[in-house]
Amino acid sequence: MSDTKTPSRLFRLWDSDIAYSFRQSPLAIISGVVALVIILAAAFAPLIAPTNPYDPSSLNLMDGFTPPMQENAFTGSTFLLGADNQGRDVLSTILYGARISLFVGFSAVIFAMVLGITAGLIAGYRGGWVDAVLMRIADVQLSFPSILIALLIFGVARGFIPPSQRETMAIWVLIVAIGLSDWVQFARVVRGATMVEKGKEYVQAARVIGVNPIRILLRHILPNVMGPVLVIGTIGLALAIIAEATLSFLGVGVPPTQPSLGTLIRIGQQYLFSGEWWILLFPAVTLLALALAVNLLGDWLRDALNPRLR
Amino acid sequence: MTLLAPLKKSGMATKLATSALALAIFAGSASAETIRWARVADALTLDPHSQNEGPTLAVLHHMYESLVRRGTDGSLEPRLATEWNIHPDDPTIWVIKLREGVTFHDGSALTAEDVVFSFDRVRHESSGFRALHTAVTGATAVDDYTVHVQMEGPSPLYVQNLTNFFIMDSGWAEANDVVAPQNFAAGEENHAVRNANGTGPYTLVSRDPEVRTVMAYNENHWAEAPQVTEIIYTPIAEAATRVAALLSGEVDVVQDVPVQDIQRLEQTDGVHVVTGPENRNIFFAYDVSSEKLASSNVDDNPFAHADIREALALALDRDAIQQVVMRGQSQPSAAPLPPFVNGWTEELNAYSKPDYVRAAELVKAIYPEGFSFDMHCPNDRYLNDEAICQAYVGMLGRIGIEANLVSQTRSLHFPLIEKWETDFYLLGWGVPTFDSAYVFNFLLHSREEGFGSYNGSRYANDEVDAKIESLATMTDLDARNAVIAEIWEQVMEDRPILNIHNQLLAYAMRDGINLAVHPENQPQMTTLTFDN
Repeated sequence: MSDTKTPSRLFRLWDSDIAYSFRQSPLAIISGVVALVIILAAAFAPLIAPTNPYDPSSLNLMDGFTPPMQENAFTGSTFLLGADNQGRDVLSTILYGARISLFVGFSAVIFAMVLGITAGLIAGYRGGWVDAVLMRIADVQLSFPSILIALLIFGVARGFIPPSQRETMAIWVLIVAIGLSDWVQFARVVRGATMVEKGKEYVQAARVIGVNPIRILLRHILPNVMGPVLVIGTIGLALAIIAEATLSFLGVGVPPTQPSLGTLIRIGQQYLFSGEWWILLFPAVTLLALALAVNLLGDWLRDALNPRLR
Repeated sequence: MTLLAPLKKSGMATKLATSALALAIFAGSASAETIRWARVADALTLDPHSQNEGPTLAVLHHMYESLVRRGTDGSLEPRLATEWNIHPDDPTIWVIKLREGVTFHDGSALTAEDVVFSFDRVRHESSGFRALHTAVTGATAVDDYTVHVQMEGPSPLYVQNLTNFFIMDSGWAEANDVVAPQNFAAGEENHAVRNANGTGPYTLVSRDPEVRTVMAYNENHWAEAPQVTEIIYTPIAEAATRVAALLSGEVDVVQDVPVQDIQRLEQTDGVHVVTGPENRNIFFAYDVSSEKLASSNVDDNPFAHADIREALALALDRDAIQQVVMRGQSQPSAAPLPPFVNGWTEELNAYSKPDYVRAAELVKAIYPEGFSFDMHCPNDRYLNDEAICQAYVGMLGRIGIEANLVSQTRSLHFPLIEKWETDFYLLGWGVPTFDSAYVFNFLLHSREEGFGSYNGSRYANDEVDAKIESLATMTDLDARNAVIAEIWEQVMEDRPILNIHNQLLAYAMRDGINLAVHPENQPQMTTLTFDN
């Protein structure tokens, strides 16, 4: 039995509407492949990367500014995508940098999702003043650009952290800042969907037989509102990655010794005028490809899950 | 008569109109020359006695004036003082003759009382310039234009300390409650921080901190009128943005040109670059005397070990930093003082090649597992400051020392040094007096009564302290130089400071503008000329 169950499950996934729609959309396939390649390369960076850019002892400053695929005049080393101002291999810094960008992006989205879903479920199900308070908070937050809110949260949080731990805590502060600036989207969508669902008969029935409201929310309503949440989550991931890059570009994100893609772009743009284009171009292209691929996947998912567009 | 009168009138009118037109044309060509000047950072404050710091002084020199100032060739020039002599009967008194007929921007006249007031203010507890004036016991006004400065003992070189000592109006200071200088480290604000009332060639028109400061020519200034009549000073922290601003014509003169852009700018039409050595050395310093470091993973203070300090020096590859980080735009040196300064020698300057193997052995002998600490670095003050620190983090990594780089803006960085909240930091030091005593007083004398305000190394050597104090009153210059050499010998042996290099300066400006590089990086817009 168990031998046949696994393939049949895989087959059911392959045969599902979603998978069918995926197979029918070349854009979705390309985006999916690009995103998957970057994510896998980032995840396995320590295995793939030619050097470890976080290990200062492996760096040689004299390798600095080596152009792509050319031999350095002093050290004789060559780098596929060139070396940056500190003699770090650009390919390796991108792989490790994408890792940090993706980690921050995923964590921030999950954080925002948990926060937003909780607030949305409670607001939608309880209604009344709870709903009013939560949604007014959301409205206020929506009237500010989210990057500004992230900057504010980042600044305030840094103030509370002792100076000696700021560098190690920077990445977590970043996640919280981006997550907190992004939860509203989730909350509003979940609230709307919850209000629709709670009037439906299966919820009424569950209430009548006395099911605990928390159980109703988690077991009955939540699975039915997850569709739109996944769509916003995917697009939110692209936005979170860009938000992290923006903050790091502004110099308030992760420290330069452990660069994310945004930090690499910040470092690279200093050398654009002097002709060392590879330090900026390759991280920028990677960020662009990653954000675009995830965004397109999000668009596709929205269309695929929306019955009216089918 | 009835016919002539209107004619005569109209003739007068024509004449008037012509002369008005001529005046307008004249005014158009000779005056209203605005210079838009961009630099990496803004003045930290306009209070003239609060912060002894490069960009702050450079801006202040346009609105306030010192008694003497240093010209672009490094010599002393008269400014508000026309004469300065040691009193013929008492070697402990400096007699300063003031320029007559000078007025402050608000119209009040400069008198000896203002100079006496400024001497008191600059020696106040919250002044950032106290170490320069420790030898002064008091100043008195003999008449309206003569001041006697009473020194502790004979101080033949004291006048060198007056180049950044700005004269403030005592009446204005009292009226605006700014008799005491702003306490910058405590985050204090006062009226003088955003307003200025000096005697300088330019008056403050508007100031938006960190955004822009506008100054206009002071018509009542005593000196010959400069070609520049308006200055718009804009701090642009990002190097690429600063250069782009020059190339796009948004600004006329750019200081702190990033070394990687010099070559390209020289090849660009319409702009040119002027370079020259700066009177400033860049160095690392570290806490050598605390029991335990605030940021380290080991229980004692690694920098208290002479062997670790030697390892730090052996790991520093100055040539690599010069070639890659600075692209040749620096003079690597081991001496913690620029070559302009009295006391500098070839021997002090010499440095050996890095030896990572030996350095790693020295570290391993004391800390088999290595150790870690936080390295504090400014990222908007010196040429490629953050990149220098980052490069050294890599070099330390090779000898088993893990440095965590904390780079931040200079207004957060410098207080760490003043408040002793950093274990290891990068600092640049200019020497406005062109004498070693300035370095000793600020960086190496143990911190007490006006000394050692930038001694973030916590270096304290009683013998060195005594010798430093003796310098202030020595009149025999040969003997004095011998003591300076002794102090340097001891300091180089104790290594509280690890020098990296001397900065070279580069100003980029659009063609048609001439501005010389000032060794203290204090460009004087009064000396700027336009090609016609």
